[in-house]
Amino acid sequence: MMQLSCPWCGPRNVNEFHHDGPLHHRPDPTATTVEEWRHYLYIRENPHGVVEERWYHAAGCRKFLVVTRDTRTNTVIPAEGESR
Amino acid sequence: MTRPDNPQPSFRPPLLRRYSAAHLAARGLTQRRWPRSWRDHDLDSRYDVVIIGAGLHGLATAYYLAANHGITNVAVVDKGYMGGGGSGRNTAILRSNYLTPEGVRFYDRSLRLYEDLAAELNYNVMFSRQGHLTLAHNDGALRTMRWRAEVNKVQGIDSEVIDPRQIKELVPHLDTSTDTRYPILGGLYHPPGGTIRHDAVVWGYARAADHLGVQVHQNTEVTGIDVTDGKVTGVETTRGDIATGTVINCTAGWSTIISEMAGVEMPVTTSPLQAAVTEPVKPFLHTVVVSGTLHVYVSQTDRGELVFGASVDPFTSFSTRGSLAFAEGLAGNVLKLMPALSGMRLLRQWAGLCDMTPDYSPIMGPTGVDGFLVDVGWGTYGFKAGPVAGEAMADTVASGRVPEIIADFGLDRFSSGRLVGEKGAAAVGH
Repeated sequence: MMQLSCPWCGPRNVNEFHHDGPLHHRPDPTATTVEEWRHYLYIRENPHGVVEERWYHAAGCRKFLVVTRDTRTNTVIPAEGESR
Repeated sequence: MTRPDNPQPSFRPPLLRRYSAAHLAARGLTQRRWPRSWRDHDLDSRYDVVIIGAGLHGLATAYYLAANHGITNVAVVDKGYMGGGGSGRNTAILRSNYLTPEGVRFYDRSLRLYEDLAAELNYNVMFSRQGHLTLAHNDGALRTMRWRAEVNKVQGIDSEVIDPRQIKELVPHLDTSTDTRYPILGGLYHPPGGTIRHDAVVWGYARAADHLGVQVHQNTEVTGIDVTDGKVTGVETTRGDIATGTVINCTAGWSTIISEMAGVEMPVTTSPLQAAVTEPVKPFLHTVVVSGTLHVYVSQTDRGELVFGASVDPFTSFSTRGSLAFAEGLAGNVLKLMPALSGMRLLRQWAGLCDMTPDYSPIMGPTGVDGFLVDVGWGTYGFKAGPVAGEAMADTVASGRVPEIIADFGLDRFSSGRLVGEKGAAAVGH
């Protein structure tokens, strides 16, 4: 099974994690335009290649982590200084 | 119940070599080779319409452009081979028992086109109307089914909620005992549903479109779309550039990449869906069985193999590699439904790419770029909609306006907030 390296728990099976998607910024609802808000709600990046994305270790330490992954192959690219 | 006859296209395909029983016997006796079903062409420098993606949706659109509207200067380009994407990776289940009135009307039109497709295309597409049964294992699922059944009936669709005793009569191999982890409380039975031979549908449309003058270009990858002053002017491919005023994006898995070439943002993310097939056995399953709670659907092909499908993988990816975790989970869930299958072996498993939209409905029609149309976002429900999507997209191109049957599925619904929520009926386990 594909594994993700949790900085707190070490390498764990991917089914312990929840996928949140590419890092994106939530606009301030009181200051944003309608178009910007709809863009935030519906338009998703769908990167074909290497992407930095947020995952949630739901069945583990329940912390959020950033994973760099190639969506073409599901290869996880280790962060700098990471041993694997 | 009675179903009104399909309106027939005004222009029937003048197939050069019609398939028939007499033809089959003659070929068998003389051992002469069958002619090729479609031709290869050099890429011209100009077409009236360029369709990206030679799968079911692209080929159906090309066929209906030629057959219903007489538009034959059409190129269908594909970076791979015909029907090698979602059209060759789905589980070929047809049904129309959706949740929203606009969804039910749309998919029902597709089912009616499928019913007459073999005769229309002169190609055996092996439509098997065996009925479609969705199981409910909890009160919430049963409640949604009652809702779906009533929406279906109002739209004239044969669809009803049945109890475990009726389910046992329909599918004796199902475990309907009440002491299981997920007891069967009821089911939504939809007799018009069934399965079809998916490759035959693709090949039938390709053959008919080819005979009408449409050019299908395989191994021709689109590398760019030229847009000048907000209007499409051409398409760049690995085999040369094409000048055209109309481009239709009929891809699955690559719909965001192609749309980005024209500068159109799509509310689409791509995830794989895995499926598997067993060794063939004697016919015993005469109904398509679906369980949303157990994330599985099962049908038996004419060859006797059991086809299993699942829900989409829980993260975005373009990888079509299967996983052992999927095969294990699938086998466990199938055995919860039908314990008698414990001795069966899987032959192979595969994955296809599903373009998911926020409301689990497709996106069809024009975009902000003049001449760039989309027929994308087909998630896990694209195959059953191929004929009606092709018919409606052809109508859109020929008439210049969006026909009523797809008016609710436009890209603009995400800015106007008129979403078509089909999450409760689109597939399993979303």
